Amino acid sequence: MSNVTRTPFVRLAKRTDIDPRRAWIIRVASIVIALVLGCIPMLVTGTNPVEAYSVIVQGSLLRPVYFRQTVKIAIPLLACALAIAPCFKMRFWNIGAEGQITIGAMCATYFALYWADRVPHVMLLLIMFLAGVVGGGLWALIPAFFKAKWNTNETLFTLMMNYIAIGIVAWLQGGPWEGRQGSQIIPKFADAARLPNVLGVHIGWIFSLVLVVLMYFYMNKTKQGYEIAVIGDSTNTARYAGMNVGYIMMRTMAISGAISGFVGFMIVAGANYTLYSGVADGVGFTAISVAWLSQLNPFAMIVISMLLAVLDKGSTTLQSRLGVPASVSDIITGILLFTMLSCEFFINYRLIFRGRAQDKEDGK
Amino acid sequence: MLGITKSFGQVLANDHIDFSVRWGEILALLGENGSGKTTLMNMLSGIYQPDEGRILEDGQEIYIRSPKDAYEHGIGMIHQHYKLIEVFTAAQNMILGLDDVKMDMRQVDARVREICERYGFEIDPSMKVYDMSVSQKQTVEIVKVLFRGANILVLDEPTAVLTPQETVKLFKVLRNMKEDGKAIVIITHKLNEVMEVSDRVSVLRKGQYIGTVETSRTNPQALTDMMVGHAVSLNIDRPRYDNPQTRLVVEGLTCVDEEGITRLEDVSFTANTGEILGVAGISGSGQKELLEAMTGLYPVKAGSVRFLNDKGEEVELIGKTPMQIRRTGVGMAFVPEDRLGMGLVGSMGMTGNMMLRSWRNGRGALLKRKDPQALADRILEELEVVTPGTEYPVRRLSGGNVQKVLVGREIAIQPSVLLTAYAVRGLDINTSYTIYRLLTEQKMKGVAVVYVGEDLDVLLELADRILVLCGGRVSGIVDARTTTKEEIGLMMTHLGGKEVNG
Repeated sequence: MSNVTRTPFVRLAKRTDIDPRRAWIIRVASIVIALVLGCIPMLVTGTNPVEAYSVIVQGSLLRPVYFRQTVKIAIPLLACALAIAPCFKMRFWNIGAEGQITIGAMCATYFALYWADRVPHVMLLLIMFLAGVVGGGLWALIPAFFKAKWNTNETLFTLMMNYIAIGIVAWLQGGPWEGRQGSQIIPKFADAARLPNVLGVHIGWIFSLVLVVLMYFYMNKTKQGYEIAVIGDSTNTARYAGMNVGYIMMRTMAISGAISGFVGFMIVAGANYTLYSGVADGVGFTAISVAWLSQLNPFAMIVISMLLAVLDKGSTTLQSRLGVPASVSDIITGILLFTMLSCEFFINYRLIFRGRAQDKEDGK
Repeated sequence: MLGITKSFGQVLANDHIDFSVRWGEILALLGENGSGKTTLMNMLSGIYQPDEGRILEDGQEIYIRSPKDAYEHGIGMIHQHYKLIEVFTAAQNMILGLDDVKMDMRQVDARVREICERYGFEIDPSMKVYDMSVSQKQTVEIVKVLFRGANILVLDEPTAVLTPQETVKLFKVLRNMKEDGKAIVIITHKLNEVMEVSDRVSVLRKGQYIGTVETSRTNPQALTDMMVGHAVSLNIDRPRYDNPQTRLVVEGLTCVDEEGITRLEDVSFTANTGEILGVAGISGSGQKELLEAMTGLYPVKAGSVRFLNDKGEEVELIGKTPMQIRRTGVGMAFVPEDRLGMGLVGSMGMTGNMMLRSWRNGRGALLKRKDPQALADRILEELEVVTPGTEYPVRRLSGGNVQKVLVGREIAIQPSVLLTAYAVRGLDINTSYTIYRLLTEQKMKGVAVVYVGEDLDVLLELADRILVLCGGRVSGIVDARTTTKEEIGLMMTHLGGKEVNG
């Protein structure tokens, strides 16, 4: 028998079972590995990694001012990851959160600009909130409708919708909503259209945390959450169970888009106080990483969004203090994504090396 | 191929099979579903490697570790599911994966044309695959392996997707290739095609090599006998139910799939209370479509499925969604063929899977977990499901336990009709008997059971009547107590079981 000697050096075998505790150890280890690998770009740029990491931590967490700024970065990431979670659970690859945020922000901005003097503060914010939610939801409904009706590719569709959304805002920015002629800038919101601060950060952080609980509840305890999970596993099973797959897809996307629209509202009313075409600033994409790294677990998203926010905020401090390019944090985030996604591979598969496999067979 | 053995887990797919094909002949590899035909050929084409045995070409031992090795030895396989890149042209698909990057597209086109002319193919090398019909795609696959210099061609059920006219065309080019000295193996279970095109026939049954005969010296009856073997006694208990009534009337059911191929044609039968109606047929004869059409999962072109309750009231099921059928109060349980892909949610535990039937129950938006949890516990205990717990993903359970969960849930809805597709496929003997027992219990409770099966021995002992499908049509309905395996075998391959040389 010739092919015994031809066994490849490493073979893969699907793990039938893994202790959940062990799975989490692998996940934590992958973060550590990422941080260690992150030393390489620092060493290349001539920085002491230990010092760099401590600056990142100091510059993002250890002073109240910094901490508040970090939280401010984390809020939209967290809320948007929550928006994406049900879609991904359903295996509907919505990468259009960026556009849904933009449209939500745009709809909220309309009322901030033109209704600010007509309605009282809380009322105005409520209207802006509703506008953002409805706008984002409807925007997300479009690709879902096409998917349900004609089975179009949702990945491309949602992605392209982003550019349309950004284009619309760019047009408003230079056209109808432009403040000073030729400035290409939409005027700052009146105070009535700004979200109040709680403990130094706009109130969006409270909403986002409430949303974490709500989303956990929705995905795990409700009939709709169950439908989403079944569709994510197999659309055939869903049909077998009598579910209307197309309708559920559209409903879930509308919810997802609505939350993204809410994120857009928070960004314009809580952080920027104005609208511009880059208002989403990549949040819709980074949130995909947050959702994925958290295994779609809403509570884990708090940790992951904070972790990415720490890297983001810390790196600006790193740049000003040690002169290390801020893009180092992007590199670390990239490595982090890479290790954490690949660790799922080691959770699902185990490697069998040639020698060991042989021993096993001999043992029989 | 000598002494080839291959097992998957505990299933022995090929048991010491000796197999040979000569240059310049068409050999038919015949066998029932699951008899190991495709497995054997996959080893020849490098997809699998044999656990034991040798492969010789012109007396020389060769090693085939990958499809690439197979090509180097001039062996090419045309799979049932075509492996083409849809957005490439025919010619681009030909050179896909070849190392010779310097190849000039014009040269490729010229060679493709030359091959086509030589054997009588009709194909435009610059046509994109997605613009092609199924038979054109198949032509591209065949030309592709010839382009790569294959002298031994293996075709896995090439006619399954073709119209009769296309089949005639295919056989013509196969004969041309044979004249050219190539060795051709076609995997099939259609006897008339075997008789028409092949020179010799090799028969496999349940992973065993049965024998090889010259086509000119045999007849369909003899081949059927080789294919199905003699009846084996299984001692399945088959009590009679006293007062059978008509429960389900199917009339003129016709289904056409997305590609316009008729899957079911004018199917009519009745299913009675207290009876197991066996459905026999070669795989792909419309069994799956039949059950799915009855449960509202497959589009129906014509016909009706009427449900009769105890009071004699009729309910038409065709045109209703699965949810609407459920709401009419027709207790229709369905154990589909694809257990994890249709009947269950693999990533969820037993409780989550129980909810597939009950998730809508109760008012409000919240999921009720209590009843499904209790049901899961009950099934776990009664059917002795081996699982670490009711929350453990069913995907990770063994096949038998997966099926227990599925059948247990379907029986728990106290159905009046129970449809099952390949309920014991891949299961060990004990679990299989558990399933037979459960189905018989249901029958004695007055349920109309429809059992789609592939093992004729089981069908003969378990069912009361057997409906035989052949190419999407009803070949006949026979009494399981008086019929023979041979009779059914012939009906499976010939409509009505009468014509000898279809």
